[in-house]
Amino acid sequence: MTDNKTLFIDGMEVEFSDEPNLLEVIRKADLNVPTFCYRPDLTSFGACRMCVVEIEGRGIQSSCTMPPEAGLKIHLNTDRVRKIRKTVLELLLANHKCECLTCDKSGNCELQKYAMEYGITDIRFPKLEKEDYLPVDDYNPSIVRDPSKCILCGACVRACSEFQGHSVLGFVNRGSNTRIEPMNGRFLSQVDCVFCGQCQAVCPTGALTIKSSIDAVWEKINDSTKKVVVQIAPSVRVALGEEFNLEPGENTIGKIYAAARRLGFNLIFDTNFSADLTIMEEANEFVQRLTKGEKLPLFTSCCPAWVRYLETQHPELLSHLSTCKSPQGMLSPVLKEFLPKYYEGYKKEDIVVVSIMPCTAKKYEAIREQLINQTDFVLTTKEFAKMIKAAGIDFRKLKEEEANSPFGQYTGAATIFGASGGVAEAAVRTAYNMVTGEELSNVDIKTLRGVDAKSRTKDLVVDIKGTSVKVRVVSTLKEAEKSLKEIKAGISDFHILEVMACPGGCVNGGGQPISCSDSSIKEKRAEGLYEEDRNLEFRRSHQNPDIIKLYNECLGGKPGSEIAHHLLHTTYSDKFKGSYKDI
Amino acid sequence: MSAGSTVISTAKLDEIIQSFDSKKSNLIAILQKVQEVYRYLPEDAMIYIGEKIDGLSPATVFGVATFYAQFSLEPKGKYEIKVCDGTACHVRGSMPVLNAIRAKLNMKDKQLTSENGLFSLETVSCLGACGLAPVVVINDKVYPQMTSDAITIILDTLIKEDK
Repeated sequence: MTDNKTLFIDGMEVEFSDEPNLLEVIRKADLNVPTFCYRPDLTSFGACRMCVVEIEGRGIQSSCTMPPEAGLKIHLNTDRVRKIRKTVLELLLANHKCECLTCDKSGNCELQKYAMEYGITDIRFPKLEKEDYLPVDDYNPSIVRDPSKCILCGACVRACSEFQGHSVLGFVNRGSNTRIEPMNGRFLSQVDCVFCGQCQAVCPTGALTIKSSIDAVWEKINDSTKKVVVQIAPSVRVALGEEFNLEPGENTIGKIYAAARRLGFNLIFDTNFSADLTIMEEANEFVQRLTKGEKLPLFTSCCPAWVRYLETQHPELLSHLSTCKSPQGMLSPVLKEFLPKYYEGYKKEDIVVVSIMPCTAKKYEAIREQLINQTDFVLTTKEFAKMIKAAGIDFRKLKEEEANSPFGQYTGAATIFGASGGVAEAAVRTAYNMVTGEELSNVDIKTLRGVDAKSRTKDLVVDIKGTSVKVRVVSTLKEAEKSLKEIKAGISDFHILEVMACPGGCVNGGGQPISCSDSSIKEKRAEGLYEEDRNLEFRRSHQNPDIIKLYNECLGGKPGSEIAHHLLHTTYSDKFKGSYKDI
Repeated sequence: MSAGSTVISTAKLDEIIQSFDSKKSNLIAILQKVQEVYRYLPEDAMIYIGEKIDGLSPATVFGVATFYAQFSLEPKGKYEIKVCDGTACHVRGSMPVLNAIRAKLNMKDKQLTSENGLFSLETVSCLGACGLAPVVVINDKVYPQMTSDAITIILDTLIKEDK
């Protein structure tokens, strides 16, 4: 291609290569136009008309749907363009439940931001009246849906269908009656929503928000009869900093421990510890199944959205699912059971376990009938950031601290759980040792890494002393569905299937700080995790001294023991639709 | 909106879906056929179709069903009355005809189907028979130049026939 590939943005010559649309070219030139509906990881929709630009000879075009062409002369801020954007904003605001001060999205809301930037101080049109507000759906543990704040950009509909394949949200009616709803006006809890929260992560307004547990947690912290302990998930450490203007991917775990202590949590633990524990149990389970040659491939069970997806869509495959609880699910009962052994004054019934997760589905996991009353509250990364801000803690200035023993130490294998491929990589590192008694020489399994849109399915073959083990890693349920089809058709040849419902894994979870406008953010977060992995003393779960100690002192000596089974494993139930029952 | 208590036959739905090659591009045709069978689109049928056809979901099917005026989510009556309210019919008195039907069948504003389930009533925009205005169509039979009195007599006949 020797063609001239340049165009002009406001007179400035800009080169382009394979950008799918003008908006990406504009952003590459370090300029920007406003948009509500454009999300780089989703298909262009052209619904909101905010990204319109004026092109000489072509008039007004939406930059998110127009492919770049050589020689185009584009103007980003002509009078016509500005007038159109202002009118769009006014029309949206006229139909919007403008309760900004009490809205959860306030401060992060794109509608609010652009209304401010474009100086919308008055709306010419009749405004939405209180009696026209539509009912709010907050009948599920994870997501609150307020349709009166919806601007119909369709980002959630696309996220649901393009990431998870099974759209539970869709457009209904038409014209001025158009709304976005689950099937037939049901609540999210009444359809097969997996609560991954990606709809909420791409929502530009307060129409979809996270159901907050902040007040409930404060209440427990301030209750002197309770011992409130906290656990922090792997991918929180590389994303929380963004809420305090630190770089994406910067590992702030030391500051997070410190912040949690300032907030008043009695003891601080790390979900990374139980990620190591998960690997011990899951690798053991895998080796057992591999030896017996049954129930293969083994599905990982860390992702609650994936678990719910299997239960509601493919219950006949539930026997493949690892019986291991997720790291959150493992640590909570371990804390409640064994903290009294190590800490004076701790009684099982007084311990309240709070987990800080990158995930909205974890809130659902915590109330699963098999896991209820173990993890008491789940806070997302965003909620935790809010608590830190509300407590007046200057996060950036905090001195780094350590987690509490004996459940605080972790290995590099645990920290990479937060990126798609991490669980499988960690499992391979330990399974190799369990089978051969030797250590895998090169622990960096690069084939399983990568969180961008091109790496949603990754395959690896490892040779474990003559047995070749095939590992498949997928992120998004849409990709998972393809692998499930292979299994059902009897043409699958992999032994392990790792599934994370969010694109790229937990680093891009529904509870993380908003990152939907820049798809490189999740890559930086994943890199932050791999960097920590490289720098840790131990990089294999079975080498974690605290894990060895826990097994020796509390869990019957080895993975798969009776007590380990009782505390660390769970069961699943057939929730196959037709039913479409409440959760 | 409630879907009523119609019991759907999955065998019948399978037959319909298969007759259209289980393709999502044939969704509208499939829904038309389903509506022909049940006289409306039962919720369970929409869920079933959404689950059954690759690339669709119940929410998507519901979206299509609510987008087009031809689809009804409530059971339609045995007699489907369409009152033309195009410009020509409107100026020649379609509204009094509509009101006469409502009064006769004891139907409130916006009520789609009469209590006994015998009649359903909707207005349509121009049937292309302006020369015969005002026009009423009942189950594909055209009744031209309607008046309040004439339509009442027609309804009486239909009610008597049904007994």
